[in-house]
Amino acid sequence: MKAVEVAPGVHWIGALDPGMRDFDIILKTANGTTYNAYCVRGSSGVAVIDTVKESHAGEFFRRLEQVAGYDEITTIVLNHLEPDHTGALPELMRRAPNARLFISFKAQTMLKGLLKSEALAYTPVDTGDSVSLGDRTLRFLHTPFLHWPDTQCTWLEEDRILFSGDVFGCHFCDARLFNDRVGDFRFSFEYYYRHIMRPFREHVLAALDLIEPLAPALIAPAHGPVLRDAPSAYPRRYRQLASPQLANEAERDKTLLIFYISAYGNTARMAEAVRDGAESVDGVRVSLFDLQGGEVTPFVDLVEEADGLAFGSPTINGDAVKPIWDLLSSLAVIKVGDKLGASFGSYGWSGEAVAMIEDRLRGLKLRVPVSGIKVKLIPTDAELALCRDYGRELALHLTGRAARKVISMEELLSAAPATNPAITAKAVPTATP
Amino acid sequence: MPKANVTFEDIGVTVTVPAGTRLIEISEKVGAGITYGCREGECGTCMMKIVSGMENMSERSVLEDQVLKEIMAGRQNRLACQAQVLGGEVVVRPG
Ligand code: FES
Ligand SMILES: [Fe+2]
Ligand SMILES: [Fe+2]
Repeated sequence: MKAVEVAPGVHWIGALDPGMRDFDIILKTANGTTYNAYCVRGSSGVAVIDTVKESHAGEFFRRLEQVAGYDEITTIVLNHLEPDHTGALPELMRRAPNARLFISFKAQTMLKGLLKSEALAYTPVDTGDSVSLGDRTLRFLHTPFLHWPDTQCTWLEEDRILFSGDVFGCHFCDARLFNDRVGDFRFSFEYYYRHIMRPFREHVLAALDLIEPLAPALIAPAHGPVLRDAPSAYPRRYRQLASPQLANEAERDKTLLIFYISAYGNTARMAEAVRDGAESVDGVRVSLFDLQGGEVTPFVDLVEEADGLAFGSPTINGDAVKPIWDLLSSLAVIKVGDKLGASFGSYGWSGEAVAMIEDRLRGLKLRVPVSGIKVKLIPTDAELALCRDYGRELALHLTGRAARKVISMEELLSAAPATNPAITAKAVPTATP
Repeated sequence: MPKANVTFEDIGVTVTVPAGTRLIEISEKVGAGITYGCREGECGTCMMKIVSGMENMSERSVLEDQVLKEIMAGRQNRLACQAQVLGGEVVVRPG
């Protein structure tokens, strides 16, 4: 197959991988993917932008050889160091002895680890830096965390072409290559955003602030179709996806979501008491959801916008119940790191669920300032009052009005794992659960 | 025994600790929003920010210094699994 001209003197020299089904384990693709690399010819130099996965290096070199000689290559740019784009780099550097390598300044520490080769000379670049090919100029845009710390975009100024790396890419394989000729790839574009870019949405918005004013005439991503027809639609769609759909009606309030699941109604009663306590604090909007009445995906959308999350679960067979873990394991696709987390629940003879959920919340980088409450079997009125206090304290933390606490190391150690001793209320069961 | 006060800004808790305590020993128990990886000063996951009181912290070891440089941490950043509190008042937050 031939190199494909995407603009005069600019060629696609990537590789097709139609057999790929699982990408990086977590991503599915129903028709494969492409590793897009590009070659730009200027009056005094030739640039190669990105390479391909190592297994597809042969295809990449054959296309490159159709449009440039190795000794003509003056510039190699890597927008992103993941192996699907750097697999052919060591060999390319060997074949193109005159080339200088340009990577984002954030990529420096990764270069060695990824390529397992010691002394590769390179030039680190940041937004505003550029490299000249004579009559053409490549300018760099630092767009970190889309989706790695090192990611950048490269802007071919005279032709207004954006080589965007993984941004605006998708796993979709179609040899017709251009967005106006390939099959319907819109779902792949959205899927890629949701699974790869979504956890970094502030970074997405910051990158769009750099990209949109450029009004690219063509966007050349590192996977999937080359976006030449209505290219501005794609940054616009990213902006929509990175913004909440409906404005939060209670914009000035902090939001607390309480998710619970209850086998015999005990954890449900605790959840209601936690809600009542939280609602007694001004400036907090509390919502209560039974996980048995909802699916994970819409809850993930809600969580993305929330300030605090509380999970109520009974302990069954020494564990929290599956719907709780299902929701918690789905939170990896959004940013939860600055939220408040909490956990509570009723139990029969051992109450591990509460601490297990708290550990998981801390693992997701939530702060867990108030230690959870567990109640044996049916909550008494006194225990429900504790749950209300607990909800109230969560709300005070959310609104930044919690009393500052001073404790000693001894108190801390005896109260592991969090500041308040886990309040284990002993109740005399009035019925079996 | 000399004491130090470590305040976790994100959760509003101050802990009085014996001098020489590593941040991780406290942060882990107190429920601050910090995550840990290797716990041996190699991965950089446990990076946190010293809001004030850096003068009351131990010097960076060669290992800690190297990891912090590699992840391009700022001068206010330390690794919770490495840095020790030596005395006085220290205020920390995640990141
Ligand atoms: S946990 Fe790896 S450096 Fe501290
Ligand atoms: Fe990537
Ligand atoms: Fe990629």
